[in-house]
Amino acid sequence: MSLETISATVECPECFGQVELVEVMQHEIVQCPECGVDLEVVDIDPVRLELAPEEEEDWGE
Amino acid sequence: MKVGILYSRIRAEEKRIFQALEQRGVEFDLLDDARLIFDISGGNGYNRRFDPYDVIIERCISHGRALYSLRMLNDRGIATVNTAQVADICGNKLQTTSALAAAGIPTPRTLVAYTPESALEAMESLGYPVVLKPAVGSWGRLLSKVNDREAAEAILEHKQVLGTYHHSIFYIQEYIPKPQRDIRAFVVGGETICAIYRRSDHWITNTARGGQASVCPVTPELDALCVRAARAVGGGAVAIDLLEDPERGLLVNEVNYTMEFRNSIEPTGVDIPGRIVDFALRVAREGWAAANGWEREAERPVGRVTLAGE
Repeated sequence: MSLETISATVECPECFGQVELVEVMQHEIVQCPECGVDLEVVDIDPVRLELAPEEEEDWGE
Repeated sequence: MKVGILYSRIRAEEKRIFQALEQRGVEFDLLDDARLIFDISGGNGYNRRFDPYDVIIERCISHGRALYSLRMLNDRGIATVNTAQVADICGNKLQTTSALAAAGIPTPRTLVAYTPESALEAMESLGYPVVLKPAVGSWGRLLSKVNDREAAEAILEHKQVLGTYHHSIFYIQEYIPKPQRDIRAFVVGGETICAIYRRSDHWITNTARGGQASVCPVTPELDALCVRAARAVGGGAVAIDLLEDPERGLLVNEVNYTMEFRNSIEPTGVDIPGRIVDFALRVAREGWAAANGWEREAERPVGRVTLAGE
């Protein structure tokens, strides 16, 4: 597959600050520069951000 | 050649793996673990679903999802990096320490107990401070440095009352007075490809918790120990965490099987995602044993564990 990416500036769903996205993929995790919350790029056409899922007990590496 | 990437979230590591595959001209699909449905009840439907893939690289963020997915794939003959065996051992600190110790790898002294009473007795016998860890968990989460008996009694009561049953498996380690750093070494296909120091003023040195990475030379001693440790847990592409004990030297603390490496590429100058991809391609072409540099598919080494009183 080829990696579809998009660059855009969108609003943080948590603090309504501006989040600049540079060549992000669907399902990529980004951080809001204003409030610091983790966001997931749930769609790229059009771009849509949601709060990333909360960390669970068995998450890790 | 077609590769599947089983993933939960696309982080810096996953993007770099995608780029490494693209650079090599390898066709690949992304398999979102949140959307997959595994038909494990028999018949051919399950097998056909994953037939197109010569190998699947597992990058789940959840140990449970990773372990079960790998088990279902391996049971049906699908090659994966890493294997279910590696995930099973490395995703559980208790099983990791047991496998390492059985293979003669030096580890911090570790005791396991199943009741608060026996856990307290174990802590007293080790001598404070001790470290209490959940058997399953990562990123330094819920690690407790217990400095005295009163703290031990308090934390054991909290775990018993507030924790799930996992928290009643008490994994207790001696505290190693390490020099404000530990070592993370990356072993891929039976070779220690690079290592970093993780420095922190805090006793928890994970980079996920703010530990700073700098290059650590891969000495012959470090290489040999890490290669043995990787083999003890089943081989593959793993990140080995080591502590420097002032008297005993290097001790292997943990082994990570879905390793994060974003902070390790720059200080080491090693293309870690490229090496993981090359390893996965070799697994697809030649099989697990050959990709690990083993002559044949080996059983996990079994050593003799000395029992108390022997």
